[in-house]
Amino acid sequence: MDRLARRRSVDYLMKAISTGFAVISLLALAWILFTLVSLGLPALTSTIFTNVMSDGGLLNAIVGSLVMVAIALLIGGPIGIMAGTFLAEAGRGSKFADAVRFINDILLSAPSILIGLFVYQMIVVPTNSFSGWAGAVALAIIIMPVVVRTTEDMLTLVPVTLREAAFALGAPMWKVIVAVTWRAARTGIVTGILLALARAAGETAPLLFTSFGNPNWTLDLAAAFPSLPAAINQFAQNPAPEQVSIAWAGALLITVGVLALNIITRVVLAPKK
Amino acid sequence: MSSPPNASIAVAERAAANPNASVKLKVDKLDFYYGEKRALKGINLDMVDRQVTAMIGPSGCGKSTLLRVLNRMYDLYPGQRAEGKVLLDGQNVIGKEIDPAVLRARIGMVFQKPTPFPMSIYDNIAFGVKLHESISKAEMDQRVEWCLTKAALWSEVKDRLNASALGMSGGQQQRLCIARTIAVKPEVVLLDEPTSALDPISTAKIEELIDELKRDFTIVIVTHNMQQAARCADSTAFFYLGDLIEVGPTNKIFTNPHDSRTQDYITGRFG
Repeated sequence: MDRLARRRSVDYLMKAISTGFAVISLLALAWILFTLVSLGLPALTSTIFTNVMSDGGLLNAIVGSLVMVAIALLIGGPIGIMAGTFLAEAGRGSKFADAVRFINDILLSAPSILIGLFVYQMIVVPTNSFSGWAGAVALAIIIMPVVVRTTEDMLTLVPVTLREAAFALGAPMWKVIVAVTWRAARTGIVTGILLALARAAGETAPLLFTSFGNPNWTLDLAAAFPSLPAAINQFAQNPAPEQVSIAWAGALLITVGVLALNIITRVVLAPKK
Repeated sequence: MSSPPNASIAVAERAAANPNASVKLKVDKLDFYYGEKRALKGINLDMVDRQVTAMIGPSGCGKSTLLRVLNRMYDLYPGQRAEGKVLLDGQNVIGKEIDPAVLRARIGMVFQKPTPFPMSIYDNIAFGVKLHESISKAEMDQRVEWCLTKAALWSEVKDRLNASALGMSGGQQQRLCIARTIAVKPEVVLLDEPTSALDPISTAKIEELIDELKRDFTIVIVTHNMQQAARCADSTAFFYLGDLIEVGPTNKIFTNPHDSRTQDYITGRFG
């Protein structure tokens, strides 16, 4: 009986400790969100959406971020899907595929500042100019490995028998992949793309010395290009409090955007029926 | 298990009465390897045109392996290889010069678990047909109705051809897979334990269907269910540890087998 009582008290203690730590980590998150909303929301005036950065707004930064992320998606998405498909379908079990998978995993966890530095060296230095293109390429390199990984994982989940059934009708491999396996895995693949987008949208380090930033309205991708993270970086370093509050408004916008992407992901992934 | 149902006896007698029935598919000294492991050992087996040949035996005996050789499914996996011959109308199909896609249009296959593609009922059928023929929408409509009728599914789904095939019951999905297979107009239909994932009512429907289908197609069925072999098959082949132990008219295999191992298996002493 003594033993049982001791067990109970240990159980109680462990529960209390783990709950306590859960509350602490949640508190940190709640605190961040509270600060973000309390400082960002008041700053989120209509000027933010109508004026460019040099005029106390974020319009050019918002548009700049959307443009670069969209281009990054157009570059990184297809490459990622094709590479992931190769790993899951054609290259299954080959040494080359193992090597690609290993390198992709390294890329997946590489510090994003390294990717920024790499693109700086490859594009900015030779062209002698910061550019929207360089920023988009850097974001594409962020997106690509995430898409490769999720695409491979989702295709691997498609039952072998479904593939065999398509082959058994006399379908060539490309047809099996396009019409059957991609289709069966599409929600998972879309999820991967949305998650990659959410990650790319919030990245600052790869943009600092690629697209750099631009306080004025521009759609010229060959020149320094504005983005939300770069705008936050710039406004937050300004001593004037009203400038810092624009940074908070930008941070709130990014957070809401990423949150929206995550919610969309969940909705897409939620089982139908 | 001592005496098969009367229907089977009648069918077997019919087969026996027709010695001229032609051999559609002939397996000739076939060996099969999974890497180093020899899974089939010198198999010789004739499958008669427009009859049902059943392959029975305990798990791992090689019956499914043989089925997957017949349409070269093993081609998908490096490390698996077949030696020997499989003759379809006298032509060897185990050879690099035969395109497996073309072969699979002639020898269709239905799997153990229903494998509907994630698309509409109509598209499930059109998918296979479009691989081999370019036909008009009207002809495709006709083909879809034809094969669904053949698969005894038309009346159940004719009002929801554009609904997802994933929403059908398991038995309906399996009949759709059969419809999809015969839509390509193959000569041989391979069935790999087609009812093992289904309830008894769906199973009975599929078995009736097999009886219907053999008017048009040569059928080869792998089954764990001996009553099913006895009910459906004209001839039955018993496999054990990669060997073909015995093959003959179904009623003979089930009532008076040659080999003691066959006897032991059909009376449930092992497997």
